[in-house]
Amino acid sequence: MSTQSTRLAARLMVAPSVILLFIWMIVPLAMTLYFSFRLYRLLSPERTGWVGFNNYIWFLNSPDFWLAIWNTLALVGGVLVITVVLGTLVALLIDQPVKGQGVLRILVIAPFFVMPPVAASIWENLFMHPQNGLFAAISRGFGAQPILFLEQHPMPSVIAIVAWEWLPFATLILLTALQSLSSEQIEAAEMDGASAFSRFRYIILPHLTRAITAVILIQTIFLLGIFGEIYTTTQGGPGSASTTLPYMIFKQAIVAKDIGRAAAGGIIAVILANIVAVFLMRGLGKNLDA
Amino acid sequence: MGKITLRNVAKRFGEVAVIPDINLDIEDGEFVVFVGPSGCGKSTLLRLIAGLEDVSDGTIEIDGVNATDLPPAKRGLAMVFQSYALYPHMTVRKNIAFPLKMAGLDPAEIERKVDGAAKVLNLSNYLERRPGQLSGGQRQRVAIGRAIVREPKAFLFDEPLSNLDAALRVNMRIEISELHQTLKTTMIYVTHDQVEAMTMADKIVVLNAGRIEQVGSPLELYRRPANLFVAGFIGSPKMNFIEGSEAKLHNAATIGIRPEHIDLSTSAGTWKGTVGMSEHLGSDTFMRVTVEGLGMLTVRASGEVSVQQGDTVWLTPQDGKLHHFDANGKSLA
Repeated sequence: MSTQSTRLAARLMVAPSVILLFIWMIVPLAMTLYFSFRLYRLLSPERTGWVGFNNYIWFLNSPDFWLAIWNTLALVGGVLVITVVLGTLVALLIDQPVKGQGVLRILVIAPFFVMPPVAASIWENLFMHPQNGLFAAISRGFGAQPILFLEQHPMPSVIAIVAWEWLPFATLILLTALQSLSSEQIEAAEMDGASAFSRFRYIILPHLTRAITAVILIQTIFLLGIFGEIYTTTQGGPGSASTTLPYMIFKQAIVAKDIGRAAAGGIIAVILANIVAVFLMRGLGKNLDA
Repeated sequence: MGKITLRNVAKRFGEVAVIPDINLDIEDGEFVVFVGPSGCGKSTLLRLIAGLEDVSDGTIEIDGVNATDLPPAKRGLAMVFQSYALYPHMTVRKNIAFPLKMAGLDPAEIERKVDGAAKVLNLSNYLERRPGQLSGGQRQRVAIGRAIVREPKAFLFDEPLSNLDAALRVNMRIEISELHQTLKTTMIYVTHDQVEAMTMADKIVVLNAGRIEQVGSPLELYRRPANLFVAGFIGSPKMNFIEGSEAKLHNAATIGIRPEHIDLSTSAGTWKGTVGMSEHLGSDTFMRVTVEGLGMLTVRASGEVSVQQGDTVWLTPQDGKLHHFDANGKSLA
């Protein structure tokens, strides 16, 4: 695609899909932007009109807002740290030749196929439940009081559940990256006198940087919008202890039925996502260059 | 120092014995080439010496010390891999410095040694580049540089030139030979290319199916091959083998004659034949001549000889250049 006519032809041919995608994106964004400046409550549909920045001001002044921002970032950050660190270790582990490797790998990947609300219910009722849960049984086995995970530590509990769901994704990507490392490089390092830890630190980890970057970028996109797990387990509580930005928007839109305020929250979420994206691309983008 | 002794070394992968039983002495400072067809176990043998594979049986001694169970790093050997195995995320300087860094040398000492090695290998201008920005020959030199900074007891080369183009291969062959002259360190070199073996080795070890067929200097192997396999493997183009009644005349099951030891004439000679395909190399012409009762013989004639396809020619084996083999393929002295 070097001559001018082929470039023009190429542009013409991709134009329909680009235009379609652009409309797909711009129409909802424009509508959200429009609603965010309107008074629009489903419970009192007769009251309408422009309200300026009032919806935004309400959102920013809401006592839950900064907590929700913090919770959102804690969720994204916490899950990223857990999945990348554990994912690397699990990938190293299942890369070792063992009997039943195929079955083992399927088992490792399995959590990713469990639907988020199902995963959250399993964790809530079978593991974290203070009476029936496995963890409670273990605590009692040691003669201790069961920990009230979702009541006393709601955010860490949600982070743990989401991390469990996303660990297979990180493991899978990192495992394939690990398998693309030439065995001669490891052998050369071995000949060069590198210990197992040095081989990991100087050969394997640098080889994984690009894969880790991809994992972080992809997961961030999905983790910023995590909702189902919270809705199923804590419902943003106790109080607002585990309310994230998406959950706060949901409460405005569906519980309070205030579309205007929810739309303002949506725009704030878009801005937050872009801030995060800028930081990530600044910090990690160069890793993706060949 | 770098004297390596293998005693009854065997390597089995499950049921398959890749190397049944090998005894070999490699003297200090020798340039030893393991040569053989692919799958003959030559790379496995090298990896056993390096410590990258465990021996199933037998012992490996390095400088009189039993190294059979030592990990690779403790054996004091350095290896150059076929793919070079450079660390792609490190600069050339860091690649060469890596073994020194792992050995815990202080940075000033590392700097000095890396610069020294770079000078020897003409890499001084490339030290800050990554392996991805280097040509094949330069990468090869970095891999050698990474090996020499450790000042190992012996160098192990695993088909190091097989990824280079023909011209570069000849250059690197000379460079490695010169390096051996300078360092006088033991080198073990694995290749399937008998030309590399002939040109570089002090001692060639010909391997076939995990067994040593013959050990000797290049000319010894060329002049006195111990058996049919060595006779056919060493020398290019291949030795001609003749069986049947003609061989019986010489009291042998098979006789062999190298293409360069056959005189060609258009008027008279021992064997009469018809010229088939010819390869003109300029200096030489390799001719395939069909001789009645003997089959196809390859003949090396001078490039000046003008013989057309289909011409009748006479061939005469040179005196004392015939090789005789018994029914088991062993050379008859």
